[in-house]
Amino acid sequence: MGFQVSKLGDVTVIDVEGQLIVGNRQELKQKILDELEKGERRFVVNFSDTGYIDSSGLGVLVSLSKKIREQEGELRLASLNEDLRTLFELTKLDTLFTIADTREEALEGL
Amino acid sequence: MDQELILELPNDIRSIEHAVDYVMRHCSTCCDYARRFNLNFRVGLTEALSNAMLYGNNSDPNKRVRIEVTVRVEEIAVRVTDQGEGFDPTTVPDPTLPGNISKSGGRGIFLMKALMDEVHFNEQGNSVTLVLRLEGEADK
Repeated sequence: MGFQVSKLGDVTVIDVEGQLIVGNRQELKQKILDELEKGERRFVVNFSDTGYIDSSGLGVLVSLSKKIREQEGELRLASLNEDLRTLFELTKLDTLFTIADTREEALEGL
Repeated sequence: MDQELILELPNDIRSIEHAVDYVMRHCSTCCDYARRFNLNFRVGLTEALSNAMLYGNNSDPNKRVRIEVTVRVEEIAVRVTDQGEGFDPTTVPDPTLPGNISKSGGRGIFLMKALMDEVHFNEQGNSVTLVLRLEGEADK
């Protein structure tokens, strides 16, 4: 479990394996901030192997999205299963993020 | 027959994932629930524990959080109690209002209420009881 960072062209892809919750949100935040510091601007967070997200996990995505936009970059989300989509819809965060059905779809045009 | 489980956790957010997994395993031995149990109960309990540790106990490592789980045929009830002074849950703003959606925090209590069938705080505001009804769940 954890966060796997990979590069596809000039896009940084972060696969979230397991959970994104209060106990590990800072690790994800630091990984993406490190990449932002190195000059990366395009990010996809992929949730195809993610069990669940809590409000802290949602909050760190909101915070990161804001920081990336401030640097004129973009953060997209991909592969949310039905449960995760429910959480985004309940909190109306589906209106804040670009959410793609697959990682490949998220990469298109980014 | 009711099945009860009581846990006392250190005030450490790293313990939340293991504690939730443990409670989930305990409850899943009682019957075969489906999506509402795996998502709603899991996230609801995670929110209650993180609220208790971060805000109730103010991240104080010397404090503890108590979990009391009761599994009945028709419902699961879990009470999470911290050692803080408590708070007024009615003062928490709605995170889905247009001005609040882009804020990074403030979704914990909202998610608890949205995902569980009942959410009750005690008068002091340092203990929350979450109830998830299970009627018909095994069929879903």
